[in-house]
Amino acid sequence: MIPRHLLISVAVMLVIVLSMGLYLRHMRRSDVEMQRLAGDTRPVAPPASGPTETVTLYVADDAAGGLRTQAAQIPLPSGRQQRAEELLRELLRIYQQTDSPHPIAPAADLRSVYLIDPGAAVIDFNAAFADQHRSGVLTEQLTVNSLVQTLAVNVPGVTRVKILVDGATRETLAGHADLTEFLDTGAVNQAVAQEAQ
Amino acid sequence: MHSAAKTKLLAVTLALLGLAAAPSGEEKRISIYSSVATYTLPVIDRGSREYVGLLELLEPLGRVTSNAAGARWKLRYNNVDSEFVAGRTRCRIRGRDLDLPAPFLMESSRGLVPISSLSTLLPQFLGNPVSFRDAARRLFIGDVTTQVSAQLDNGNPPHLLLNFSAPVNPTIATEPGKLRMVFMREPLVPPGRQSLTFNNAAITQMAFSESNGSAELSVAATIPLMASFSNGGRTITIAAASAANAPSSGAEQAPASSTQGPAEGTPSATGVAPRRILIVIDASHGGAERGAALTDTLAEKTVTLGFARLLRHELEQQGYAVILLREGDDTLTLDQRAGAANASGAALCISLHAGSQGTGMHVYTAMLPSAVPGKGPFQPWDSAQTASLPMSQSVAAGIVGAMQKHELSARLYSASLRPLNNLIIPAIAVELAPGPNGISDLPSANYQQKAAAAIADGLSTLRDRLGAQP
Repeated sequence: MIPRHLLISVAVMLVIVLSMGLYLRHMRRSDVEMQRLAGDTRPVAPPASGPTETVTLYVADDAAGGLRTQAAQIPLPSGRQQRAEELLRELLRIYQQTDSPHPIAPAADLRSVYLIDPGAAVIDFNAAFADQHRSGVLTEQLTVNSLVQTLAVNVPGVTRVKILVDGATRETLAGHADLTEFLDTGAVNQAVAQEAQ
Repeated sequence: MHSAAKTKLLAVTLALLGLAAAPSGEEKRISIYSSVATYTLPVIDRGSREYVGLLELLEPLGRVTSNAAGARWKLRYNNVDSEFVAGRTRCRIRGRDLDLPAPFLMESSRGLVPISSLSTLLPQFLGNPVSFRDAARRLFIGDVTTQVSAQLDNGNPPHLLLNFSAPVNPTIATEPGKLRMVFMREPLVPPGRQSLTFNNAAITQMAFSESNGSAELSVAATIPLMASFSNGGRTITIAAASAANAPSSGAEQAPASSTQGPAEGTPSATGVAPRRILIVIDASHGGAERGAALTDTLAEKTVTLGFARLLRHELEQQGYAVILLREGDDTLTLDQRAGAANASGAALCISLHAGSQGTGMHVYTAMLPSAVPGKGPFQPWDSAQTASLPMSQSVAAGIVGAMQKHELSARLYSASLRPLNNLIIPAIAVELAPGPNGISDLPSANYQQKAAAAIADGLSTLRDRLGAQP
């Protein structure tokens, strides 16, 4: 006859094995879900809807080594801040297409744009925007010029632009373009004109 | 910051301030002269032998990678593979065994070879013969020697004319009865005889000597002497101090020791020749900060350092005095770079970068705010470049023009790129981008050499204006 204490031990072990199996299944499902979420590059904010307007974007073109203008339709937002955000989201969308003239990481996203009178705009990108940006003086400067020039031309009154990453100041975009200071839209405009020559 | 990097930064700053004294007698070094770079490395004493780091020695000459695994140390120079074992004298290069005169040493994954092995070891890597002047620790790779000839003019007062086959920039010092010229960077070889005796009561003798990686010419005289430079640094005229003070119609830009600083074109009462135009080269990134990953194995910091060494050599050949902000794989912050360059009082700072985007050369000047508010005598740190920007733009335009003449694609940009904004002296940045052969051009010595020559040519047209910088 099997001793009672042995039966109890076997029963306890079976319960433990069963529990671990269930827990393992739960962990696996959680992991799959987390991977799915991590790969989701859709923008966090929902796109604005309603009537649209035509704007001029300054799009970086690596092959030409400068910016080119491109007309685009963006939703007609109610305020300046929303307009600024829509402009930059449209710019990012162009850069994240497969045939982009200036590829930017698919996971890069705009967190927010703050317009502070008089004349200051603060652009806040997520970490992927800078972490996964290609490194090089020209490629980084084209990104910065594109953002600043697009804002300056389409949002009246913006004279200085600061770029933040994850809500904080970063020394450079990807090792070169300086992000510690406000960028003067007049200086960027001159640089864009110089590149076009 | 790493303590070694701090030490190097301090040394650079002292040199920039003109305070660096002559190298201390106890510091042993070896000088390497080649057509692509001239440089000096420290010599390490182990037991009774002198050693030098093999990777450090080959790095300026080509593409080098090393890998340490246990006692084995593998090194690849361009396409040449080699393997060394710590504590063993036998090594393998190009698949062939070679015996070193003393055991190979490995310290902190750094491979050290005995100096006495260099004349047999290096030809295996370089495929060219080398000439090693063992006692003086001077290594000549290829045909890079600078010859000197002496001619005494017995007029009144007498002059000794020294003609060199390439521009030179010795450190000059006088002492009673003697004028000494120490050539730290020039591959100077002795004239026909080690010592020349002149049949003149005032200038009696000239002697050549070499030791510890440098060469020296000393002129003995019974009168106080001083030296003046002409012919783009190829001719040194040694004469009585009073005679040399008289203006010379043939004198050009007069070079002298970069550690001594009388005003340009003004002979010194102490016998020290006036300084040359000083240019600071900033090889961007370094140490833990690798810069752009140009390929899986090639970092921007490696390309900028190699390019900086080539550019230094090219500019020195043109008669400029040059300082590199980093000589090795050191970490320097942007503020440290700006501080050192500003303290130098140089006529120009050239910041070097490399990128995989675009083609040819990109030449940058600082992107500054349109209107910088005045703050009395103080300059805002982020727009310190304002006063020098017009000169920086002239230099950049001159270099772009020269590059196009050299059939190099080049474009002018402005960029919010530190430390350019923080420099009070004229400053530009040059980004080396892929050439006709793509990314493989970036580490190519030929491609870099072409760019360096174009930069030097571009500066030559602005030499007078650069020399007029305060």
